[in-house]
Amino acid sequence: MSTPESHGSNYHQISRKRRIVEDKRFVTGQGKYVQDVPLPNLKHAAVLPSPYPRARIKSINAEAALALEGVIGVVTGAEIAEHVTPLYHGIDLPNVRWYPLANEMARYAGEWVAVVVAEDRFIAEDALDLIEVDYEPLDPVVDPEKALNDPSALVHPDHGTNLIFEGNFTWGPVEGDFAAADHNLSFRVRWGRSSTVPIETFGVQAQWEPGIDTLNVWASIQMPNYQEQIATALGLPTSSVRVLQDVDVGGSYGVKRGVKHTVMVGYLSRKYGVPVRFIEDRLNNMSGGDNHGPDRIFYSDVAFNDDGVITSLKIKAIDDCGAYPGRGPFQLGKPIAAIVGPYRINSVQYNPISVTTNKSGQVPVRGMGQGPTNFMIESAVDHVARHLDLDRIEVRRRNFIRADEFPYENPSGTKYDSGDYHTVMDKALELASYDDLVKRRDEVRASGKLAGIGVGACLEPSGGNNMFEYLFNPKLEISTFMEGCQVRVDATGQIVGTMATTTSGQGHETLVATIVGEDLERDPDDIRVVHADSLSGLPTRSPIASRMAVMLGGAASGAAKKIKDKLLAIAAHNLEKPVSELDYEGGDIFDRADPSRKLTWSQLVHIAYRQYHNLPEGMEPGLQAIHVEQVPLGGQLPDENNKVQLYPCFSFQAHIPFVEIDPGTGKVIVHDYIIAHDCGTVINPDIVRGMIIGGVAHGIGAALYEKFAYGEDGQFLSGTFVDYVMPSVFEVPYVKDAEHCTPSPLTSHGQKGSGEGGYLGAPAAMASAVNDALQPLGLTINELPMRMTDIENLLNGS
Amino acid sequence: MSRRDISLTVNGKALSGAAEPRMTLLDFLRDVLGLSGTHMGCEHGVCGACTVIHEGQPVRSCLMLAVQAERQSIETIEGLAGEDGSLSVLQDAFRDAHGLQCGYCTPGMLMSAEALLRENTSPTDENIREAIGGNICRCTGYTQIIDSIRLAAERLRETSS
Repeated sequence: MSTPESHGSNYHQISRKRRIVEDKRFVTGQGKYVQDVPLPNLKHAAVLPSPYPRARIKSINAEAALALEGVIGVVTGAEIAEHVTPLYHGIDLPNVRWYPLANEMARYAGEWVAVVVAEDRFIAEDALDLIEVDYEPLDPVVDPEKALNDPSALVHPDHGTNLIFEGNFTWGPVEGDFAAADHNLSFRVRWGRSSTVPIETFGVQAQWEPGIDTLNVWASIQMPNYQEQIATALGLPTSSVRVLQDVDVGGSYGVKRGVKHTVMVGYLSRKYGVPVRFIEDRLNNMSGGDNHGPDRIFYSDVAFNDDGVITSLKIKAIDDCGAYPGRGPFQLGKPIAAIVGPYRINSVQYNPISVTTNKSGQVPVRGMGQGPTNFMIESAVDHVARHLDLDRIEVRRRNFIRADEFPYENPSGTKYDSGDYHTVMDKALELASYDDLVKRRDEVRASGKLAGIGVGACLEPSGGNNMFEYLFNPKLEISTFMEGCQVRVDATGQIVGTMATTTSGQGHETLVATIVGEDLERDPDDIRVVHADSLSGLPTRSPIASRMAVMLGGAASGAAKKIKDKLLAIAAHNLEKPVSELDYEGGDIFDRADPSRKLTWSQLVHIAYRQYHNLPEGMEPGLQAIHVEQVPLGGQLPDENNKVQLYPCFSFQAHIPFVEIDPGTGKVIVHDYIIAHDCGTVINPDIVRGMIIGGVAHGIGAALYEKFAYGEDGQFLSGTFVDYVMPSVFEVPYVKDAEHCTPSPLTSHGQKGSGEGGYLGAPAAMASAVNDALQPLGLTINELPMRMTDIENLLNGS
Repeated sequence: MSRRDISLTVNGKALSGAAEPRMTLLDFLRDVLGLSGTHMGCEHGVCGACTVIHEGQPVRSCLMLAVQAERQSIETIEGLAGEDGSLSVLQDAFRDAHGLQCGYCTPGMLMSAEALLRENTSPTDENIREAIGGNICRCTGYTQIIDSIRLAAERLRETSS
């Protein structure tokens, strides 16, 4: 287990073992999730899913449902479409109209076509059974490549094509590098349709207050510009939408984006004049929540020399975004931040393609597409090693950017801030006792079984400078992705930090308290952190993009420093000494020349709040400060070559899993999992360790089990946790982790993000392990998830 | 649909409420008795988020009807802490080893672990895995949960010796 000593920082609070403030309410069952927020006269909604993947909705008869006692109303897609504007896609798609409920046409099996509002959920669901929908079923669009090349059917006929987006980017002398390379090879890999599937489904409740023209919203949300999107769709000014952010979110990892759900209940609440709650049931969530992740096919070419040094990559990525793209296609854009991973690859050609099909829509999933891309990059490295019969680790070492090369600019124009990839890989190998592991593998193999060691590296871009949005849609001329924090010292000296978003397990309250405590030299356990609502709040881009340690941390630090500066100015005025001759210690300020002359924290606060006559002339009374952090290195649009600085900070991980495969059944058993990671300065060791290991488990799921499967007929086949299998404690070994710290030069305390790296690297490392196990048989598997049946079929030659 | 009065013991207290025969114990605890610490995850008995202790055994409250709990004993997350609000050894260990993140699976996880530690304060890692094998956690990857249960067991042994 990590110990405080192992972090070795010079900080008093940061990097030290500290109990997580949020945990107290969770271990006592006092978390306040959306379902736990009571409202007077609350009504309940339930939705009717389409049984067909593609069908015209000819008519809906809700008479019998409306006659049921306790039913307040039934709303169809046609009605909603009359009253709300289409929901926002990141790409400019005026003819791909997305509404909370299907209008005129159902576009996937499970899409919601009508909603019932009733006194309770039981009655609402009873009423669903009484609604008659007359459908005209149509042939569905299921296979993304077929949808692209042979559009016999269009998911959105008005759009005229199933192509949602195609980009063509070339960074560096790709053709020259290919011509000059000793070798090149082509390969195809596929990343399966999975997601993060939090244990809490998405839920929302809305309450329209006509007396103050305000829609109050409580939601299990993790979404940038949420308030704006609700307001736009409902035709309200944003000042009439109050999103309450002090709602605990029961897991998200990117996917809690329920704008369609929120617009629906917002509309219902206004229409019926009552507060309305909608909590997805599990089937709603899996089949109709529009929260699936990337579903991606890569065709790649890699150019390399005899020594294993990779010089260039050509990448074609076809992603199936389902029926409603939302922000999904941007998941092809974010990976541009680390398009060559941690490697010194000189040039890249990138051809991202997003295609629509009759499946549930896509949302950003942990890492925003970096996981699939990393899987492709690591597959390329393993292909090169295998082709040249070189050691996989040695090939990585030869291609890693060296510690003395930072800041390192990759071909697409992003500078990586810092790192020491060789050392982190060495730490992983040491923790894994790699030579012993190889012996263990070979012993298992000698006994007639299949065993493999995986090797995976990955970069975790963090800080969230989403300039890829402009590359995909030039109308989005946006160059800041800021985050705000307020720190207030009240009149009794108590400190309250205010953040502007919800939180879903990342420990943001602990983050803010620790950083403010560090900078003001006060005990973090005495610092309260609250979540402002969206009307009283601060500028934010929400807790996405592995950005909060960097951005909220930076904002908290900036605000704390403003408070400290003000305290020093008050002390300078009263002690009649310049600030440069004062010492700040634990909140008290001393005259350096005569430490008996001092003002304590309490005295300084008292002056700020009660003694205007002792404040420097013109100083605002009170002690509060807001800091809005701009993304480090951000602020510039892409140049004429589409080169741009994306995310500012780059964490690194090296993964070493050890697996055994049952040759009879194809079952993969993960015996060991070792990860070494470097996310710069660790703010809280337990939080970082938890997110890294949690990400690994999630990555093991994506690699071996998790898939939203659709039949060739477009029917959804994964509506339960028996069909969509997630790793239990039996499938995840006790993960061993080692830490390394290369501070970021760009952030308040050297921190980088850590919430995604486990997930970004694990699928690639697991594929590497399974392929290592299969190598003696001359077999390879290039598609995730590698489920038991997939491996069994491969072993049986079918 | 008609409702039936149900009387039962929850966390040692006699409670009663009215429920339709089709109402699950989970919904009854949350919506009728106001005990919102128990969470709904999948409603088909796989994820374990709704685990409570029924007559001494961990069960999924989404797979049990409220009417089946008539005159029976149920324990929920709300019953773990002391009357004065002090954390139990198990709760404190989860907090100390950060055996959670978003907290949503935590009540079910704690009730499964509670049932284990009442039977066995010297569990092997295999015993721990067996005990929480029916509780899915999407945040932690289980490693810090195992740390937490080990820590709780260790502290319980120290207290009893």
